[in-house]
Formats: sequence, C-alpha cells, structure tokens
Amino acid sequence: MLVFIVGASSWLELLLRTRVLRRWRRLLLTLLLASVPFVLWDVLAVHLGHWSFDPDAVLSLRLGGLPLEEWLFFPVVGFAAILTLEAVRSVRGRPMGDEES
Amino acid sequence: MSYTSLAVLSVVLVLLLDTILLRTRLVLRLDFWLAYAIIVFFQAVSNGLLTGSETVQYADEAILGSGNSSGQPLPFIGEGRIFYAPIEDLLFGFSFVLLTLSIWIALGRAGLQRQPQAGPPLWQSGSDPGPD
Repeated sequence: MLVFIVGASSWLELLLRTRVLRRWRRLLLTLLLASVPFVLWDVLAVHLGHWSFDPDAVLSLRLGGLPLEEWLFFPVVGFAAILTLEAVRSVRGRPMGDEES
Repeated sequence: MSYTSLAVLSVVLVLLLDTILLRTRLVLRLDFWLAYAIIVFFQAVSNGLLTGSETVQYADEAILGSGNSSGQPLPFIGEGRIFYAPIEDLLFGFSFVLLTLSIWIALGRAGLQRQPQAGPPLWQSGSDPGPD
C-alpha cells in the first residue's frame, strides 16, 4: 500500500516539476512536525483499543505498539500530500501563501 | 474518548491552526481543495483495501458505525462506513493532510527553502525560465 502511494505520487516530481525533493530540509521538517502528534494519537488509540492491526497482515516488528508500516504511513502520506499540492500549483500557477511578499 | 470525538477534536484544532495560529488559510483557497479532492480519492482506494480486508480493525464502541467484532461482512457503504472505512477516518485523514500542508506552507513563508517553486510542467518547458 505504501509502495502504491509512492508510485502514484512520485511521478509528479518529474512530470510536473514539483521540486519538493529539492526542498528536502523543508520537507523533512514538515513531515517530522506533522507526524509527531498523529503517531502519538495512533499509539494512544492502539492502547485504548480503538483500532488494531491483523498480526498476520503486518510486519511483526513493532514500536510503541505500532507495526513498522504504520510508522511509515505518516511520512509517506505526508510526502504524497505535499506533492499533490505542489502539482496543483505547478499546473494552475496560483499563489498558495508562501510566495515572496 | 472515542475515536469519533478525537477525530472531531483534531479537525477543529487543525482548522484553528490553519486559520488563526499559522494563518496559512489553506481552507480558503480553491487550489487546496482541488489537491484535497485528489488526495481523498486515493485515500478512499487505499483505506478501502486496508479496512475491507480487515487488516485494520475497529472496536464497536470507538466508532459511530459497525466495528469488526460481529464477524459479519463489513458494509461497503452504510452503518457509519464509507468504502469499508469508518467515516472517522475521513476526519483523521483530512486533519493530517491539512496539518502537513499548513506546516509546509508556513515553513516556506518563513523562508525555509521557499525556492525552487513548483512548475511549470514538463510539457510547458518552452516557458521555463531555466533551472531553479
């Protein structure tokens, strides 16, 4: 699933010149800051029993009760979301609020 | 707190962050919603596969709709589920996407790697001012 998400979004970087990887420090800091509260929520939810993962369908390597794939979910989906926003900007050329003022 | 109440709370908090705290105001931009429409389509597909296959399972008391404990087949749409996933997942996904994009824009606005800006697409390379 994570491979599917990367595959479905990464071509935008080349074809639409989203230039997200060129801005890798901004990318990494964004993914870190956005993932922290959601990983905490995920860990809490598993502890509270809100949701669980089929042990036969995920890797047995777990951190904080979450399978490795679940940790990877946040940076992978966050990266795909940024690529999508920058793809829309590339095609439409409208301001997004971070331009030089 | 249930998943339902946490999901609603997260959307409220992230909306406050986007509109007032960081003032990125993405929710007021049409192009954010265009991007979100693309994202939520792929969320429906990938989350539908993960929830329909019961790779991820939900407790009955945590969500509005049907949990996974009954042993009954999950509804594709209905009983608080949409494409097999609990409707709460839509709120979870929306708040994660908006948080990510709001931070991305706020960091760029603050001067962290504002350049190179995205675009133009490869097929418009004639108008490309050059690398970066």
